Amino acid sequence: MNSDLRSPLNRARGLGSAKDGLHHWWAQRLTALALIPLVIWFAISLVMMSGADYGMVRAWIGSPVAMVLLILTIVIGLHHGHLGLQVVIEDYVHNDGVKLALIVAVRFVAVLFGLAAVVAIMRIGFGG
Amino acid sequence: MSVANRPVHRPLSPHLQVYRPQLTSTLSILHRATGIALSVGVLYLAVWVMCASAGPETYAKFQGFNSSIVGRFVLGGWLFCLFYHLFNGIRHLFWDAGYGFELKDAYRSGWLVVVASLVVTAIAWIVGLRLI
Repeated sequence: MNSDLRSPLNRARGLGSAKDGLHHWWAQRLTALALIPLVIWFAISLVMMSGADYGMVRAWIGSPVAMVLLILTIVIGLHHGHLGLQVVIEDYVHNDGVKLALIVAVRFVAVLFGLAAVVAIMRIGFGG
Repeated sequence: MSVANRPVHRPLSPHLQVYRPQLTSTLSILHRATGIALSVGVLYLAVWVMCASAGPETYAKFQGFNSSIVGRFVLGGWLFCLFYHLFNGIRHLFWDAGYGFELKDAYRSGWLVVVASLVVTAIAWIVGLRLI
């Protein structure tokens, strides 16, 4: 007996080619939207800091507004980047094992660098 | 085993080799390429704050690379990737919201993205180099 009585549409709904449905798509758009103002702020700050020395850079990173926005830029940027890389990997890597390993590796690297960056920014801001 | 559970071997996207290069597809590929570059770029950004937190010697080494010729080109190229991905990303968000799908509009917004990212990158370079 057929154990699966669902229609093809029902099976497909919420399970696109990425196997996790709408969540991935939505998260990618939401992080993209958040990154628009963050990236504009960051690019302007970066250009304005051309030629800044060590002390000036630390003073800037440690200022309250820059701390918050920089943490947001890096964390949301990493999130957005890992979602994008996952799609690229799913498109081009057809070996299931390698595909999974790469997706996991990208996620681990994103979390590691994100946490390390947040700790570094906090150390600068709170004088560690 | 039902028909539905049998593995299907449908062709997987994308088939870049069957396309004649055109503005829309080129920009789409460039969006991915700049996205991959920016993913590395955001790791570099994380390394930057780590170096700033580590101490003056570490930071001096990091800045040494940045102010080298290669470093300048990497950072300048990175800025282009950033602006291109930003502007084309906004174009994509408009598509997601259901606007600008007409072929004429897609070409117009495409050229707008190209010009805007080149102009803004040039401005950023000029301002940045003047401040050094």
